[in-house]
Order: sequence, then C-alpha cells, then structure tokens
Amino acid sequence: MNFELTKEQEMTRKMVQDFARDVIQPRAIDIDRNAEFPEDIFKEMGKLGLLGIPFPEEYGGSGGDTVTYALAVEEIGRVCGSTGLSYAAAVSLGASPIYYFGTEEQKQEFLTPLAKGEGLASFGLTEPNAGSDAGGTQTRAVLQGDHYVINGEKSWITNAEYARSITVTAVSGKREDGRNIISAFIVPKDTPGMKITSPYEKMGVRGSNTSEIILEDVKVPKENILGDPQKGFKQFLHTLDGGRISIAALAVGIAQASLDRALEYAKERKQFGQPISNFQAIQFKLADMAMEVELARNMVLKSAWLKDQGKNFTKESAYAKLFASETAFRSSNQAIQIHGGYGYMREYEVERFLRDAKLLEIGEGTSEIQRMVIARQLGC
Amino acid sequence: MNIFVLLKRTFDTEEKIAINNGRIEDDGAEYIINPYDEYAVEEAINIRDEHGGEVTVVTIGDEDAEKQLRTALAMGADQAVLINTEDDLEEGDQFTTVKILEAFFDDREADIILAGNVAIDEASGQVGPRLAERLNMSCVTTITSITIDGDTANIERDVEGDVEKVETSLPLLVTCQQGLNEPRYPSLPGIMKAKKKPLEELEIDDLDLEEDDVEPKTKTIEIFLPPEKQAGKVLEGEMDDQVKELVSLLKTEAKVL
Ligand SMILES: Cc1cc2nc3c(=O)[nH]c(=O)nc-3n(C[C@H](O)[C@H](O)[C@H](O)COP(=O)(O)OP(=O)(O)OC[C@H]3O[C@@H](n4cnc5c(N)ncnc54)[C@H](O)[C@@H]3O)c2cc1C
Ligand SMILES: Cc1cc2nc3c(=O)[nH]c(=O)nc-3n(C[C@H](O)[C@H](O)[C@H](O)COP(=O)(O)OP(=O)(O)OC[C@H]3O[C@@H](n4cnc5c(N)ncnc54)[C@H](O)[C@@H]3O)c2cc1C
Repeated sequence: MNFELTKEQEMTRKMVQDFARDVIQPRAIDIDRNAEFPEDIFKEMGKLGLLGIPFPEEYGGSGGDTVTYALAVEEIGRVCGSTGLSYAAAVSLGASPIYYFGTEEQKQEFLTPLAKGEGLASFGLTEPNAGSDAGGTQTRAVLQGDHYVINGEKSWITNAEYARSITVTAVSGKREDGRNIISAFIVPKDTPGMKITSPYEKMGVRGSNTSEIILEDVKVPKENILGDPQKGFKQFLHTLDGGRISIAALAVGIAQASLDRALEYAKERKQFGQPISNFQAIQFKLADMAMEVELARNMVLKSAWLKDQGKNFTKESAYAKLFASETAFRSSNQAIQIHGGYGYMREYEVERFLRDAKLLEIGEGTSEIQRMVIARQLGC
Repeated sequence: MNIFVLLKRTFDTEEKIAINNGRIEDDGAEYIINPYDEYAVEEAINIRDEHGGEVTVVTIGDEDAEKQLRTALAMGADQAVLINTEDDLEEGDQFTTVKILEAFFDDREADIILAGNVAIDEASGQVGPRLAERLNMSCVTTITSITIDGDTANIERDVEGDVEKVETSLPLLVTCQQGLNEPRYPSLPGIMKAKKKPLEELEIDDLDLEEDDVEPKTKTIEIFLPPEKQAGKVLEGEMDDQVKELVSLLKTEAKVL
C-alpha cells in the first residue's frame, strides 16, 4: 500500500495548478458571466499536452495514466468548472472511445489530432427522449452501399460546436430477440446534414459549450463505425465508467475550492468581535467539508488507480462520481453560507461553485443512476 | 555551448511558513524552484535552442531537490546534477556553496553559467558573484536581457529600476532578474521525457572535498518570523484633532518622529 504520487504525477499537478492559477483563474468570472467558451485556453492546454495525458505517445499523447489525468482535471476544476467540464468531456468522452474501440486507421485519423491538442471531440449519446435510459435511443443509422445514413437528434452535447469530430450513437439494426442494436459512428465536423446550435441558457458551467445536434441524412463512410457494430451499447457503458472518474475529479476540484475560500474567509471575517472561524458552528462546517473533500479525492484516485491497473472499476467509479458530486454540492453550499451575504454575490465566486457543482449530479449519469449502477454491482 | 544553471530548492515565501526551534518546519512548507533560478533555466534553454549545446542544471541539497531538478529537465534542460550533502554537512553558508561549486566546475568547461539574482529564502545574492570570482570569469548581475554573438555577450541589467547596457565576453556568469523572460510551464511530454534524462548524484567526496574544507564561515544565530501585523487604528473627530492625535501617536507609540 502506498499513497504517494509518482514524481511525474506530482509535477503534472504542480504544473496544472500553476497554469490554472495564472491563466484560467483571472478569467473564470467572465467565462461564467458571458457564457464564453475559452477556446484560446484550450489551445494552450493542448500545447502543454493536457488533452493527451492518458493516451500513448504513438497517438500523439503524453503516455500518462488515469491518476495523472484525474489530478489535472481536479486542478482545473478548482478554478473554473466550465473549463473543467469541457476538458473532462474532451478527453473522457471525445477522445477515449476512439482510443479504446477505434481501428488503427481511426486512431491515426481521429485520435492523434485530439491527443496532440489540435482539436476537441464530443460524444453524442443523450437525446430529447433518451437521457438516463440510453437504450431508448431513437437516432437511426441505415447502411446504404458503403455509407451509413444517420437521422436523429442529440441534446446537450458538450463541446460539439468546437469539435473536429463527434461520436454519435444510433440504432443500426435489430437483434434476434427484437431489441435494438446500438452502434457508434464518428462524424467529422462539417459533414453535410449535421446542424449544431447552442440554444441553451444554463444555470452553471456556462462557459462550457453545450450543443444541440440535428442529423438529417448525414452520410458517413462505412469505416466510420466505431468498434464492434454489435457492441455499441457496451462500449459506451465502458466510456461512461471512465468519464465518471473525470467528473468526480472535477467535483473534488470544486469542493476543494469551496473549502479553500470558506476557510480563508472565516479566518478573516469578524462578527461579534472575533473571526467567525472561532465559532464552533463554523468550525464544524469546515471540518465536515475538509473530511469529505479528502474522502472524495481518495475514492477518485482509487478508481483511477484501478483503471490504470486494468482492474474492474465500475462500482468504484460510481462511488467516486456519486460521493464527489454530492460533496461538491454540499461544500459549495456551505461555502456560500459561511460567506453570508457576500457569498450570494458573484464576485466572491462561491455561488458559481454551487451552480457548477449541480451539473455534476446530473451529467454522465445522474446520482440516481449511480445508485442503480452500485446496486447492480451489489447483485440486486 | 556548455551552459550551466545554478538552481536552489527553496520554500515558497507566498505560502505560510512555520518555525519550530529556530528551524523552518519542513512539513507545512511548500517547496519550489527559486523563482529567479526559473528565469535562469528558461534563459539557458533559449540560449541552447539558438546556439546549440547542452544545458546542465546543478543543485546542492538533499534527495528532495530531485523534484525541482526533474522540473527543470521537464522544462527542457538536458541533464541535471544533484550534489547531495545530506550525509556530510549539518550546516552550510554561501562560502560552503561556492566552495562546492568551485570544485564541481574545476574539471568542467563552462561557456556560460546562469544563476538567480537571489534565492528568496536567504536572499544573500552572493553565490553567483563569489563563484565567478573563484572561477575567474566575467560576472554580470541582475540581467534583464542577453544576446550572445560568438564570444561576445550584450547584456541589459536592472540597476534599481534603470537599465545599464554591458558588453562582455564568454566565459561568463550572469545572475537573472525578473523581466528577463517568462518561464515556460513544463509540458506533459516534457515531464514524461524528464524521466529518462540523466540525473547524476555526487557527494562532496566525489569532488575531492572534506567536510573541513567547506565548513561555513558564518553562523545563523536565530530564525524568526516578522512580528504579526497589528490591527490598524481609525482616528475619529475633527480633522484638526485627528492630525494632532496622529502626530502624537507617531511620536509616542510608533516612535518614528
Ligand atoms: C451541461 C450538460 C452537458 C452534457 N453533456 C453531454 C454530452 O457531452 N454528451 C451526452 O451524451 N450527454 C450530455 N448531457 C446529457 C446528460 O448526460 C443527461 O442530462 C443525463 O444523462 C440525464 O438525462 P436526462 O436529462 O434526460 O434526464 P432523465 O433521464 O429524464 O432523468 C430525470 C430524472 O429522473 C431520474 N431517473 C431516470 N430514470 C430513473 C430510474 N430508472 N430510476 C430512478 N430515477 C430515474 C433521473 O435520475 C433524474 O433525476 C449533458 C447535460 C448537461 C446538462
Ligand atoms: C439579496 C440580499 C438582500 C438583503 N436585504 C437586506 C435588507 O433589506 N436590509 C438589511 O439590513 N440587510 C439585508 N441583507 C443583509 C443580510 O441580512 C445579511 O447578509 C445577513 O444578516 C448575514 O450577514 P452577513 O452577510 O454580514 O454575514 P455574517 O454575519 O458575516 O455571517 C457569516 C457567517 O458566519 C455565521 N455567523 C456569524 N456569527 C455567528 C455566531 N456567533 N455563531 C455562529 N455562526 C455565526 C453566519 O451564520 C454566516 O454563516 C440582504 C442580503 C442579501 C444577500
């Protein structure tokens, strides 16, 4: 048993921490207020190799592991939930499925530019009528000659407007038992018939791009089917297992930031002639926050470690995602409370932490779905 | 070109520092590359990229300094040397450091050595100039710009806010000032590559030095934190009375008048 990070992990964390503090933090309030996607920051992150951490060098990646990647997501989430979400989605949802299930040609063509940081990618699973129940996918793909023709609609797809390719799921046929076969297809941007707009006004993660995709007779070459055509559903379940670790890491970042701000403020703010951190009511809040942040982080790192060891991590990543996202929500709520009226004001940032944290209880599997995943793993 | 950087691992003065029994508490402190040495690393890499050669980063310290050396390697330095004094030396001062470095450079051909202007922990600013003296090299301190052409270096240095232009020749030792450059972040590929770059570990014995040779010439009597900032005082009443009160407080309490 060894809880020590490697030198590379430590160094990466320190580098991302410095970068986040110097480059992202000063922009975080505006990114939220103006709902502006910080495209230039992603270019910088790309140059630093952050978009390719968990991919091997042969595909333009950095050859790091999931633990290193989780540390990077946490540090970015600590200063900006919007940037953190788009980062986590670009790597875990955009690039990872191509790495895990793509053919050699697909990896060369679609993964390498992502890992090198030359572009972003998205994963389009959710539909207006298929959210938690992804099996209810209505988008269809029909093989015509050497092309698939895709029709359907996707909602709330992170980064889609800025993506160089989007992996979409669609029903491609029926199994013998009459159930739908769901496959995944890589659709390059600017493919005719694919319309991407961003009509949503969001509560939080406002600077993260969230798009609606309409697919009308979108033709992609037969080779763009991702992985085993029969196993699309299994593949995206695996993709989501991995994505959970990064959402959980992002949650730890927001929870840590909430604790940092609340602690600092509590020591400075004087009421009744003394710092409010002298009051046990405030101390207990801070103690709970500190404990939960650390527990959440341990679970994130453990599930990342399991993934790196090639062991099963389905249950643990659900634990991590569920506990960390709920921790982030509680911690940011308490951070506002400790700030009193100031906490309700945008410039103190803790109210943004709460709005950003809320998404983490919904995206990539709601808290209810995480509990279902855990229960299923328990054998229920 | 043979480029060397002198690098010190220091605690981060921006972070909270605790002192116990006249020593800085190691546990709580955050350790970093001395920020002025970061300018030196960045400049060394730029000089190498322009003129070719190799950048070697040297530090004197203990095993923990490996992290800062690896960071310099991740930024782009080619190799690192840790002169580990953990087992041999209890105390050291600028004399110790210079003596060890002098021995280290004894059998090395350095075209240029870059150091920080000061280390933010003890802030003596002595190591660079004293080493240059021992090595019989030109020395320019607090540089904010350098261009090298053949054996000639054109340098701008910061003189209390003014700029002084200096022309000198290699071999040369410079100490780096804020404004010289923007140190890069080590990239992920850089961090991964750093793992495979050479990091040599030496002890003073390897430099033919005995403990007695490097015994410090000075003694640290006490380390203490500056007094905590007292709460301010807001004067009230008529302006004239306030002024009178202020003057009297400056005399009696602050004792500055
Ligand atoms: C900002 C943002 C970014 C997103 N990014 C992406 C993306 O990049 N790609 C993508 O594919 N999707 C994305 N999504 C969609 C997200 O994954 C879904 O919103 C999420 O899976 C929930 O689906 P839903 O919104 O349809 O809610 P529903 O599934 O309709 O759920 C509504 C409520 O019912 C509960 N519920 C549903 N089924 C059960 C059940 N069986 N038992 C108990 N309770 C249940 C849920 O937990 C929830 O509380 C994003 C969403 C947002 C808001
Ligand atoms: C939108 C808005 C509208 C408002 N409207 C009005 C208005 O119309 N008129 C008006 O007068 N005010 C108004 N306020 C101010 C509001 O009443 C104060 O924000 C509130 O009383 C809390 O005071 P504070 O913000 O200074 O927080 P603080 O008093 O500094 O409290 C900070 C934290 O410390 C805790 N705390 C403080 N003392 C103790 C203690 N002894 N023991 C344990 N915990 C303690 C608090 O519970 C809180 O969690 C408004 C505020 C907002 C945000």
